[in-house]
This record gives sequence, C-alpha cells and structure tokens, in this order.
Amino acid sequence: MNRIDNLFQTKKERVLSIYFTAGFPKLKDTLPIMQAIESAGADIIEVGVPYSDPIADGPTIQDSNQIALDNGMSLKKLFEQLQDMRQTVSLPVVLMGYLNPIIQYGMEAFCKKCQEIGVDGLILPDLPMQQYLDEFKEVFDKYDLRNTFLISPQTSEKRIREIDTHSNGFIYMVSAHSITGARTGISEEQIAYFQRVEAMNLKNPRLIGFGISDSETFTTASKYGNGAIIGSAFIKKIKESQNLKSDIESYIQSVIH
Amino acid sequence: MIKIDEKGFYGKFGGAYIPEMLHPNIEELRENYEQIIATPEFQKEFRGLLKDFVGRPTPLYFASRLSEKYGAKIYLKREDLCHTGAHKVNNTVGQIIMAKKLGKKRIIAETGAGQHGVATATVCALMGMDCTIYMGAVDIQRQRPNVERMKILGAKVVPATSGSQTLKDATNEAMRQWINNPVDTHYIIGSVVGPHPYPEMVARFQSVISEEIKWQLKEKEGTENPDIVIACVGGGSNAAGAFFHYYNVPQVRLVAAEAAGLGVTSGKSAATTVLGTSGILHGSKTLLMQTEDGQVVEPHSISAGLDYPGIGPVHAHLFDIGRAEFVAVEDEDAMKAGIELSRTEGIIPAIETAHAIHALNLIEYSKDDIIVINLSGRGDKDLDTYIKWGGY
Ligand SMILES: Cc1ncc(COP(=O)(O)O)c(C=O)c1O
Repeated sequence: MNRIDNLFQTKKERVLSIYFTAGFPKLKDTLPIMQAIESAGADIIEVGVPYSDPIADGPTIQDSNQIALDNGMSLKKLFEQLQDMRQTVSLPVVLMGYLNPIIQYGMEAFCKKCQEIGVDGLILPDLPMQQYLDEFKEVFDKYDLRNTFLISPQTSEKRIREIDTHSNGFIYMVSAHSITGARTGISEEQIAYFQRVEAMNLKNPRLIGFGISDSETFTTASKYGNGAIIGSAFIKKIKESQNLKSDIESYIQSVIH
Repeated sequence: MIKIDEKGFYGKFGGAYIPEMLHPNIEELRENYEQIIATPEFQKEFRGLLKDFVGRPTPLYFASRLSEKYGAKIYLKREDLCHTGAHKVNNTVGQIIMAKKLGKKRIIAETGAGQHGVATATVCALMGMDCTIYMGAVDIQRQRPNVERMKILGAKVVPATSGSQTLKDATNEAMRQWINNPVDTHYIIGSVVGPHPYPEMVARFQSVISEEIKWQLKEKEGTENPDIVIACVGGGSNAAGAFFHYYNVPQVRLVAAEAAGLGVTSGKSAATTVLGTSGILHGSKTLLMQTEDGQVVEPHSISAGLDYPGIGPVHAHLFDIGRAEFVAVEDEDAMKAGIELSRTEGIIPAIETAHAIHALNLIEYSKDDIIVINLSGRGDKDLDTYIKWGGY
C-alpha cells in the first residue's frame, strides 16, 4: 500500500511533514537527513529537488537550492543517493520540485524511477491541474504516485472542490498568499481561511504549510488541518549545523512536544 | 496559420505553468482581457494615449544611405521615437489601462535594460499608481541612467540579487512579489513571455507596429507588404509587434536577430534558438538555454534587453515551423552596427536594436527588396556601454 495512504489511515492529527533541499548543506547529507527526520518522529519526508529558478520560494529556500546545485546535486545524482533508501527509511517520501528538471529527465522515466526506489508522492508547484489531467495523471497513477496540489487563501471554493476531486494523498494548504519563508506566525485572517476550508469537508487530508516554524504554530495549524509542513525554518536550522543528527532530532522534538 | 489555441499554446509552446497561488490572477486576466480590449472605451483611451502621449504613429523612414550601402530598399520603423525611447511603452500603456479596468491599485514589473521599467514607471506616473520595479543588480550597474529615470518618475527600484542578477532573476522576483500581493497588484510583464495570456496580450498591444507599417508602406511603395521584416529578439515583444500582421502573409520573410554574445560556442551567449531546447521558464513552455539536468543557464549579451535565456513561445513556434529566420549577432558586430547606423543615418540605436541592423550582413536579399527594420529603441541609455566599448 502507498505509504501516504497508509499514514493518513492510521494518523489523522498532528501529522508533521518536513521539507529540505536535497544536497544541502552538503551534497552527501541527503540520506542522513532523511534518517534523522525519521528517528526524530516526523511523519512525512519531503525531499526538494533543487532548481535554478524557484519562483514560489523565498530567500531561504532559494539559497538552499543554489547551494545544492553548486554542490553538484541533480536529479540523476539524487536518484543515485536514494537508490537504497528503503533499507533505512520507512516514512512516506514525497519529492517536491519544479517541472523543468523533471521534464528534461522525462516524466515517465522519472515516475518509474520514483516507484522503483520507493517514492510515494510528488509536489510540483508549477504543474497546474489542467496540465496534470491532460498530460501526466495517467503516468502518476501507473507508478502509484500520489499527487499533491496547493491551495491558497485566494483559491475559490469551486476550484478547491475541483482540486479535491483530482487530488490523492493530501492537499497542501498554503497558509497565506505568499512565497515560502515570507512570514512566521499565524494571523486571525489565516485562521478564518483555515476554518472556511475545514468546513468544506474535503475528502483529502490537509496539511498546512508556509510560516510554520515551532511547536506553537504547528499546534495551531494542526487544530485546523491534519497537520503541517515545515520548510524554511528547518532549512535555517540545518544550514549552520555542526551535528546534523542531534540538531535535527532536538528541533523536531521541540516542534512535536 | 500562427494562432494561439484556447489553452494558450502556439503549436507546442506556451501554456500557463504557474504555481496555484497565481492561478486566480492569471484566470482573472485570461477571462477578461480580450473582452476589455474589445470595448470601445478601452480602444479610445488606448489609441488616444498612443497618439498624444506616446507620439504615434512613429515614422516609417526610408534610410537612403543605408539602402545604398547594402543594396536594398531599407526602411526603419522608428520605435526609438516613442516617448521614453523604445517600443516598450506601447505595451505598458495597454496594460495600465487594463489594470485600471481590473480595479488594481499597484503595479509591479521586471526590467532588463530598464526600458520596460521606465515605460512602466512612466505610465504609473501618468495614472497615479504605485509602482515597484525589479531589476537585476548587474543591470542596475550597466543601465544607471534608466535607474535614475525610474526613480525620478516616482518608482521604487528593487535589486534582484539571486542567480545571474539580470533579467531572468528580475522576472523571478517580480513573480514572487505577485504571489505575495495577489489582490490589489497587477504585474506588467515587459515582453511576450510568461504564462498565458501574457504573450498574446503583449503581442496585441505591440501589434500597432505592424499595423502602422502596413499603411505607411502602402503610401510610400504602393504595397502593404515588404519583402523582409527584421527585428531583434530578447523575449521578443518588438519582433512580435513588427511581425504580427505579417505572420500569415507567407511572402513576407520574418527575420529575428538574437544575441550571440561572445559567440554561440563561447559559453557566453544568449542565442536561444541555437543553444536552447524545449523547457519551462516563467510560466510557459518555450525554447530555453538549459543544462542536461534542466537547470537554466545564465545567458550573456552586451545588451541587457537581450540577456535572457528564453524567448517568447510564439517565437519558439515561428522557429519550430520555419516561419521566421533566426540569426545570431555577436556583441562586437552589434556594437559596430550601432556605430554604423549612427554615422550613415544620424541615429544612435539601442544596442538591442543594433543586433537587428547587423542582421543585414547575415541574410540574403536582392537590390529591389523592401526591407523594414524595426528600430526598437534609441541609444541614450547605452552611452556608458558605447563609451566603454570605445570603437568609434
Ligand atoms: C530597445 C529595446 N529593444 C529590444 C528589447 C528586447 O525586448 P523584446 O525582445 O521584448 O523586444 C529591449 C528590452 O529592454 C529594448 O530596450
């Protein structure tokens, strides 16, 4: 069974997903970071595929993308690093990346490889729903990959319904109209948006991302969704880390508890 | 037929590959722009401003000394005489009226050479709208006068410090800021790039160039159709405007001059049709300079306005189906062509435009051929570059 489906069948609250950029801070950190995220008690690992022009990301993740590329990270390299990840990592793994590097790799070859190494889902922020349905859904399904769409406070109710219909796995609720890393904390306006979506009774679980950084924001987000996603705050923590494993564990523990 | 389909594709190129956060903005534009452009009020305001504010129609000037030198009948479409010094203002006038009709209060834009930034700051001043321009830190250095012009006009100029710190990065930054301010802000894209409907909308506003060429040439030569139209291509807005009414007139040859930089094999080039492959940048599928891994390659051109790793999807399509001829012009040859035009016709062109002039050396024609070169802009902004180059 797909590990994302499995997770949400057994856990409906306080699901914590951690994003990091593959090949950052050092090229070979990818797998050790995944192992540390798992041993620290998070629920989903989102591995970012670095890209030269990440238009939905703020300075923190732009920077980690650039450093990863300078370190020599690429999709090919990433697949090499993750070839045997299922020997040591059992959490659901989601690849998050912009469309262009994937298209150059070849969408079908990419999906096939994902299944082979045990990837469970994809988040491709610049893949619009219509293009997904027209061009890629069939391939994603063939290789048992869940596809996560984003919604934001500007997304209309009608479109949220459409996205819910065509999503599987989970929906990524962008907490505010912003790029990543732009804000911290959660405002009342955001809570109103969380409640509005909560009241829609969507079929898919919802994880709230953008602006989640600590125990307090994680707990607030978890009140209105099935959990939350941490990205920029995690990247900041590991950027200067001298001991990745212990720093990751103590950070994630501090968020969960 | 060169025509955009209902999903925003020209053949294989185009579309709207955008993060969901931008979907409502793009949808709002897509649903409304054609209808707004078609209204008599829009047309009245747009045409009125093009005439009285921009100074249109721009002359179609018979360049007799250049014609003699090259052995053809060469006309120059004088977009350099537009208010603010380049064709860019045709588009910003159109888009600012559009933004007003959509109820927007703030304008953001990217700029490379600073011409689009100045044209945007100008129309914002005209309409009393708040204006922020994103510009690569490298371009801020090489186009200083335009930075100051934008500031005089009341715009805020924000440096883009990521990547190559040029036009591509300024565009990334503008898109990010649009995501951050989706409700009250309109993004005035400066070329025929970006997600659908931008490429088509910008082309429509620029199409006034070929609309005028047709009747002006009819007056002068008794025919609407030249044998050849030449324009430089960065993103491709002046070229799209000059080609627009000729796309589907097969006997008119379309020539697009790209920037070869230090040479197409030098690793420092911006000749997209030579070096590019199909990919996605700034929301559309187009030809793109990229690595095998799909990372965007940093381009190089001496002209900031052509220093872009992609081209508009319509040009990728024209290239793909062989409707336009693409030539690649090196920095050195463009600079020489700029001096040449200055000395033979008394017109100092923008360095972008100088690439189109040099194309005369790279294509074939006969002495009875009528050639229209789109003189996209004037060289005032480039004086520093001319001075540094020094070959005059
Ligand atoms: C004078 C001039 N010509 C051409 C260009 C290139 O843009 P496009 O290819 O969109 O016409 C610029 C861009 O700044 C410009 O200033």
